[in-house]
Amino acid sequence: MTTASAIEFAGPTVRRQSLWRYWRGGLQGSEFTWAVAFVVPYIAVFLAFVIYPAFYGLWMGSNPSLYTEVFSDPIYLNTVVNTMVFLAFGVNVKLFLALMLSGFFMRPGWWTKALLLIFVLPWAVPALPTFISIHWMLNGEWGLVNNALYILFGVDGPSWLNSRWLALGSAIFSHVWKWTPFWTVILLAGRMSIPQEIYDAAKVDGATGLRRFLHVTFPLLANLYLVLTLLATIFLLGDFNSVYFVTGGGPANSTHLLATLGVVRDMLELGKPQLGVAAVMSALPLLIPLVIILMRKLKTSEAQL
Amino acid sequence: MTTVTLDARPTSHAARPAERMRRTARRWRYLTNAGAAVLSAVILLWTLTPLYNMVMVSLEAEGDVAVTHIWPPEPSAASFWVVVTEGHWYLEAFWHQFGNSVFLAGMVTLLVLVIGSLTSFSIGRMRLRNGWVITNAALLTYVIPASFLAIPFYLIMNRYGLQNNPWSVISVLVTFATPYAIFIFQEYSRSIPLELDESARIDGASPIQIYLRIYLPLMAPALVAVGTYALLLAWNEYLYQFLLLSNERSMTVAVALGKFLNSDVAPWNYMMATAIIYALPPLATYYIFRNRMSSGLTMGGVKG
Repeated sequence: MTTASAIEFAGPTVRRQSLWRYWRGGLQGSEFTWAVAFVVPYIAVFLAFVIYPAFYGLWMGSNPSLYTEVFSDPIYLNTVVNTMVFLAFGVNVKLFLALMLSGFFMRPGWWTKALLLIFVLPWAVPALPTFISIHWMLNGEWGLVNNALYILFGVDGPSWLNSRWLALGSAIFSHVWKWTPFWTVILLAGRMSIPQEIYDAAKVDGATGLRRFLHVTFPLLANLYLVLTLLATIFLLGDFNSVYFVTGGGPANSTHLLATLGVVRDMLELGKPQLGVAAVMSALPLLIPLVIILMRKLKTSEAQL
Repeated sequence: MTTVTLDARPTSHAARPAERMRRTARRWRYLTNAGAAVLSAVILLWTLTPLYNMVMVSLEAEGDVAVTHIWPPEPSAASFWVVVTEGHWYLEAFWHQFGNSVFLAGMVTLLVLVIGSLTSFSIGRMRLRNGWVITNAALLTYVIPASFLAIPFYLIMNRYGLQNNPWSVISVLVTFATPYAIFIFQEYSRSIPLELDESARIDGASPIQIYLRIYLPLMAPALVAVGTYALLLAWNEYLYQFLLLSNERSMTVAVALGKFLNSDVAPWNYMMATAIIYALPPLATYYIFRNRMSSGLTMGGVKG
C-alpha cells in the first residue's frame, strides 16, 4: 500500500521534473532564470506592440459588411490599381537599376568610390525633406523641373501633380530615387562576395562582358535578387511617405496607396478607422504568402539584411 | 579597306594580330570610359536635383518663392538664421521640437541595444531552449510593414490616453527596430568563441557578469552598427510621430515639417531651411558610421 501510494505520488512529479528539465535545456539552476529574464523584455514588447495591435486590427476588420462597403468604393478600387502599378514599376525598376548600377560601382578607381558616396545621399537624407522638395520641384507653375524645361528647351512642362497618372508616376519616381541606393549597396556587397577565382576561371573559358554577367554573376546573385524582390514588394506594400508627401493622394484621391488611403482618408478625413483597417487588410491575401515564402527563403539561404 | 592599308604597311606578319588586338582593346577602353563618364553625369544629375532644389528654395529671399528661375538672383542664408533664432511664429518651438527628436531617437537607440543584446545573448550564447520561436517572432516583425499596424496602434494609444506621450512612439519604434538588432547580434556573436563564456563560467562568473564583462565589450562593432541603424530609423520616421504626437509641445521636427506642408501660407524658404537642418544630424551620423553600418547591414548577405 505504502509503495503504491509512493509511486502514485512519484509518477506526476517525475514527469513534471523531466518536462522542467526539457524546458531548461542544458542550463543549470539560476542560469535558466537569468536566460529567461533576458528574453522577457523582448517577449513583452512583441506581445504588447505586435500581437495586441495585430489582433485588435483583425477584430476591428472582422465585420463582413465592412468589406461590401470597401469594395463598392470607387476610390478604393482606384487605390488597388495604383498599388498594383506601384508594385510592378516601383519594385522592378528600382531593383533592376540597382543590379546594373552595382556592376558600375564595381569599377576600380577613386572616381567610382567618390561617386558612390554621393549616390547614397537620397538614402542617407531623411525621406521627409526630399519628398517635400520633389513635391515643389514638380509644381506646374513655378517648380524647378518646369522652369528648367522652359529655360533650356523653351517648352512648357505639364502640371505634374494634377493628373492621376503623371502624379502616380511622380510618386513612383520619388520612391525609386529614394530607395535605389539602398538596394544598390546591398547588391554591391553581394557582387563583392563572389570570389575572384570564379571570374578568373570564366575568363579562361572565354566568358567576358555580357556572357560573364549572364552565366556567372547573375546565377550567383539570383537567390539574393529574389529575396530582395520579395522584401522590396513587402516594404512597398506598406509605403506611406512617397505618396503622402509627393502627391498627398491627390488629385481628388486618385493616387492613394493602401496605407495612405487607410490612414489619411478613412481614419483621419472620414473618421472611420474600421474602413481603413479593412482597406489595409485587403492586402493580406497578397502579403501573407509573400511573408511565408520570404521567411522560408531567409532561413534556408541565411541571406540577411 | 582597313586590311588593305594594314597590308601596305611594312610591319612583320607576326606582330600584326597582336597590334590589332591592342588597338581594339584601347578603343574599347576609351569607349567604356566615355560611357562611364556619361553614366556618372546622369547619376549626379539624378541624385542631386531634388537636393539642389532644397538648397535653392532655402536660399530664396523671403516672399518670392513662386519664381521662374533656377537659381535665386540674390541668394541669402537669412532663412537659416530665422530658423535657428526661432524668428517666425511657425518656428516658435523649433529647438524644443529638436530636443524632442533627440530624446526620441536617443531612447529608441538605447532600448533597442539593451533589449536586442539581452535577447540574442540569451538565445545565442546561453542557448535557451526554443529560442528559435523568439527568433521567428522577430523575423515576422521585421517583414510586416509598420504602417499596417498604424491604425490599431493609434486607437490603442488613444484608449490608454498615451497620445502626445513620446513613449508611445518610442515603444513602436523599438518594436520595429529590435528584430534587426537581434539578427545582427546573433550573426556577429558567432565570431566570438563560446569557450570564452565557458571559462568565465568555470571561474564563477554569473550570466549577468558574462554579459557585461565579456559579451558587450566584444560586441562593440555590432552595437555601433545597430545603434546607428536605430538612431537613423527613429530620427527619420514620420507616420507614427505624425499620428501620435500632434500638439505643439510634444511634436518632433518631422511632424512640424509635415504640418508646414499642409498649410498654404507657409514660408517655404524657412521650411526648407528647417528641413536641411533636420537632415544634417542623420547625414553626419551616416557618413561617420558608414563603413561599420554597411558591414553590419550586409553581414552574411549572400550565403548559398
